[in-house]
Amino acid sequence: MAALRRGSEAIRLHLCRSFSGGVGRLARERGTERRDAASSRVSRFCPPRQSCHDWIGPPDKHSNLRPVHFHIPENESPLEQRLRELRQETQEWNQQFWANQNLTFNKEKEEFIYSRLQAKGSGLRTKSGQRTALDAEEMADFYKEFLSKNFQKHMRYNRDWYKRNFAITFFMGKVALEKMWNKLRQKPKKMST
Amino acid sequence: MAASPHTLSSRLLTGSVGGCVWYLERRTIQELPHRVTRLFRNVNNQWVMVQHLSFLKRMYVTQLHRGLSQRVKPKPEPATSPFLEHMSSGQARAEVDELPSLSASSLPLSQKPNEELMELKAASIVEHAVDTAKETKEERQWKEMKLHADDLPGILARLSKIKLTALVVSTTSAGFALAPGPFDWSCFLLTSLGTGLASCAANSINQFFEVPFDSNMNRTKNRPLVRGQISPLLAVSFATCCAVPGVALLTWGVNPLTGALGVFNIFLYTCCYTPLKRISIANTWVGAVVGAIPPVMGWTAATGSLDAGALLLGGILYSWQFPHFNALSWGLREDYSRGGYCMMSVTHPALCRHVALRHCLALIALSTAAPILNVTTWAFPIISLPINLYISYLGFRFYVDADRRSSRKLFFCSLWHLPLLLLLMLTCKQRPGREGDKGEAPS
Repeated sequence: MAALRRGSEAIRLHLCRSFSGGVGRLARERGTERRDAASSRVSRFCPPRQSCHDWIGPPDKHSNLRPVHFHIPENESPLEQRLRELRQETQEWNQQFWANQNLTFNKEKEEFIYSRLQAKGSGLRTKSGQRTALDAEEMADFYKEFLSKNFQKHMRYNRDWYKRNFAITFFMGKVALEKMWNKLRQKPKKMST
Repeated sequence: MAASPHTLSSRLLTGSVGGCVWYLERRTIQELPHRVTRLFRNVNNQWVMVQHLSFLKRMYVTQLHRGLSQRVKPKPEPATSPFLEHMSSGQARAEVDELPSLSASSLPLSQKPNEELMELKAASIVEHAVDTAKETKEERQWKEMKLHADDLPGILARLSKIKLTALVVSTTSAGFALAPGPFDWSCFLLTSLGTGLASCAANSINQFFEVPFDSNMNRTKNRPLVRGQISPLLAVSFATCCAVPGVALLTWGVNPLTGALGVFNIFLYTCCYTPLKRISIANTWVGAVVGAIPPVMGWTAATGSLDAGALLLGGILYSWQFPHFNALSWGLREDYSRGGYCMMSVTHPALCRHVALRHCLALIALSTAAPILNVTTWAFPIISLPINLYISYLGFRFYVDADRRSSRKLFFCSLWHLPLLLLLMLTCKQRPGREGDKGEAPS
């Protein structure tokens, strides 16, 4: 049991380390936007008191991810606490990555459209006053460029995401087994009293 | 960078919009109280408020930006994505709709002579009210993550991509039916069930891996794990509970070869194709193999061996995947680019179209090979020629035009082309010892 605990601690530490490396880079790149995106999700939502489940919200406008409000039970075991913290941390990490990703995408897309329109010599607006849009084929150059620019970033993210996903599911399994074990232990006690 | 929305808004608000605002400003100053109330009634017109009330700028510019960025996106949504949520634009409209109801309560303020002070006060009330409205609306959208037993079948159906699974099972059945030998109903049912379970398992694991990516794509954002209707642990457990009996059924109920192909296919889809989607364009070829294996499994279930007919059938499905998927991916380039998916349509567009056309033509060749390998009679390449030529023509149009219209046409054609082709194959199946009432070529 102690060895398992050490092992899972090692996983968490490793995840935190690999995460913090990425965070340092993100912080350097898009400081203000990241703060905006992360803080925009400080939701004022409070679940009803009698609920003992997690609550999931609507998709975030920047990251498109749905935030989860984790329920803290009164008799939370250390394992459950670790799982909840890991999930909370993963949620924040995901939120930062995708909010940054989407904001960067939209910003660079606007810049691309603007520069293309300037190069073409056409104005930002058509005669009817509507915003000029580039067609899909013109945008294709941007999509290709954006994808190749962010390839390494995605590789790092993929690796970390797979690790976290497995870790969370593994801990969920452990927590489920622990609960089942506790329930089985309680039953004979109740029967004996 | 905080400056960007502002520079963006100033860019956006030049030209005719700026002129409109200036005009409204002039009229407002000239006719005081009447204009102020009218101004609040015109709040639905977001452009006015941005110029007039600087401290609301950021909030409205965000709505503006959202609204405009919707228009800048060139894509009409493809028909295969039925779960479109125009939530953000709906939200923006709903928030703005809240404002006219407040203008009635703000009327008493309009009696004051100082117009700017009035407007600032009213605007702060408006902002606060909008914030509260937004919050309440948002709070109502929070859902308890509690699994109800009645919802479970629907959730698991969506998790296992039941429609795709049904399609996979039907290709397996086609393979089974096309194989020579007597038709064994019990074997057929076991094969279909085993393949169905294996497909459910593979699809569930795929969704388990792809939660944040699915959230960011319109086509996939309503999947159960994305919406939190089911936990990852339950998804994995479900996948295991499908995979184990499915493979066991195939291995011991049918034959080990089919079981091995089933395991291999699950592995190929979950451990090769799914991660490869984000690494290299080779994922499309791996995915085509994944699609080709089920009919091969049907054939091996009936005959117990991997012979030329099985490979031909697999080849037909393999070739079909390319016009189908490449055409579909053409319309999803923006989502793929943003989400970090390596697809030919984004990185190598010319190759994408070239490969689609190439494989449309390959379908003609494979259909011609069918009677040579004794899978079908010679009637098959003849009667399948019209539909094969048609899909090749659409493939050619896609190759040349390279636009959304041609890609959609090709994609929708592929949807009816495959079932029809398999049906024609079944009707032209080479039966042992039968004379050519189906128009066999004279020997």
